[in-house]
Amino acid sequence: MDNQSLDPRVKRLKLDADGKLVTIQEGENWNVFEVFHQEKRGAHHEHVGSVHAPSAQLALVFAKEQFGRRKKCVNLWVVRSADILALDVEDEDMFANNADKTYRDASGFKVMEKINKFKGKK
Amino acid sequence: MYGGGYIFDEQSKRPLQTQLEDDPVKLADFERRIAAGEKIEPGDWMPVDYRKQLIRLIEQHAHSEIIGALPEGTWITRAPGFKRKLALIAKVQDEIGHGQLLYNAAETLGKSREMMINDLLNGKSKYSNVFNYPAETWADVTVIGFLIDAAAIVNQVANSKGSYGPYCRALERICYEESFHLKQGHDAFIELATGTALQRSMVQDALNRWWQPIMHFFGPPDKTSVHSEKLMRWKVKMASNDDMRNQFLDSYVPKILELGLTLPDPGLRKDPETGKWLFSDPDWDLFMKVINGGGPCNSERLGVRKWAEENGRWVRKALMDNNQKKSFPVA
Repeated sequence: MDNQSLDPRVKRLKLDADGKLVTIQEGENWNVFEVFHQEKRGAHHEHVGSVHAPSAQLALVFAKEQFGRRKKCVNLWVVRSADILALDVEDEDMFANNADKTYRDASGFKVMEKINKFKGKK
Repeated sequence: MYGGGYIFDEQSKRPLQTQLEDDPVKLADFERRIAAGEKIEPGDWMPVDYRKQLIRLIEQHAHSEIIGALPEGTWITRAPGFKRKLALIAKVQDEIGHGQLLYNAAETLGKSREMMINDLLNGKSKYSNVFNYPAETWADVTVIGFLIDAAAIVNQVANSKGSYGPYCRALERICYEESFHLKQGHDAFIELATGTALQRSMVQDALNRWWQPIMHFFGPPDKTSVHSEKLMRWKVKMASNDDMRNQFLDSYVPKILELGLTLPDPGLRKDPETGKWLFSDPDWDLFMKVINGGGPCNSERLGVRKWAEENGRWVRKALMDNNQKKSFPVA
C-alpha cells in the first residue's frame, strides 16, 4: 500500500505491509486493577478509576501516569478488580431504614427541650 | 477532545428485538429512576438496548480519543517552539488517557477491551469523522485544538450529565483536562490570527478546509435522526445534534469573526427572530462516505493504529502473567 501521509515519520513506517488483519487475543491487554488515590496526607484513599496492567507493580506505574499527572496526589493504591467483594447493587434496600434509626444519631436526643421545659416550670 | 456528537449507527439487518426481552416491571422502575435523576451503575438491571447503545457510544468515544491523538501526535516534532511542543505532548498524553478512561467505562458494560480494539481495527466500530482529514499545516493543528476541542466539550459536558455512572465519572475527569486543551488551542490559534499577514492567511486557509468537517461533527440534522427519542429519555443522549451544533456556533462564530477571519459559508447567519443559527447544509453524502472509509486519512489512521498493535505486541506478551485471570472493572 502506498503510504501518502504528510507526516515524515508515518511515511517511513511500512503500514499494512502484509495486508493481514490484526487481531488481538482476549487477555492480551492484561488484567484490570482498581485505583485509589489520596489527595493529601490524612485524607482517605478514594476510588478514581481503573487501569489495565500485567501486574500490581506495573498497575501502580500506570496509575501514576493516568491519575497522578495533575492536581495533588500523595499516594496511590491498586487492587485487582477481581479481588473486590461488593454487595449486589440490587440489595440497596437493606439500607433503606437507616435514616429512621434516630437513636443512632445525636439529633435523635432532644435534651434542650427537656431542660427548657424544666427551667420554664421553675 | 473528542467525542463527536454523532455516534455512527451500524446498519442492523435484524429488527430490534430487545424490548421483547425486557421485563416490563423492571423497565418501568428503570425509567422511573432515570427520570428522578438517579444514576445507573454497572450491576444494575438495564434494558438490553440501553446496554448496547451505551457500549456503542462510549466505545466510539474511546476510539475517537485514541485516533484523534494521531493527527496531533504527528505534529509534536514540528510544533513551533519548545513550549508548544511541551503543551502538545501533554495534550496528546491526555487524549490517550481519556481513551483509557472511556474503554474502562465501556468495559463495565461487559465488552472486553480487546474486542473493542479488534472492532476498531477491522472497521466495524467507528470514531469521530473529523480525524479522517489531514492536518496539513501548523495552522490546522491550532484549528483542531481550538474548534474541534470546543465542539467536543459542548458534547462531553452534555453527556457528563447522562444516566450511566461510570461514563459520567470518566467525563467529569475528561472535561476538567479539556479546559487546558481548549485554552492552549485558543492561544495557538490567536497567535496566528493576530500575527503576520502570512500567519493570518495560514489560519484562514485552515479554517476554510476544516469548516465542513466541523459542521459535520455533531452529525446529521435532527429531522433525519432515527431513534433519538428513546436515547434522550434514557439520558444516553443528552442534547440533539442540532441543539449542540447551535450552541457551538453561538459561542464560537463570534470569536472567529471578531478576529477579521471569515467562514466559508455565505449562508451562515443568526436568525434574529428564533436566535438560532442558519447555515448551508454541509455535504452529508460526503460525511457518510468518509465515515464508511472513503476519507483522505481513514486508511492511514487505522494503518498507524494497526502498526502500533503489531509492533507493541511483543512488549505486552513479555510482561504477561498467564496465571492472572481476566476480570472487568467494577465501577
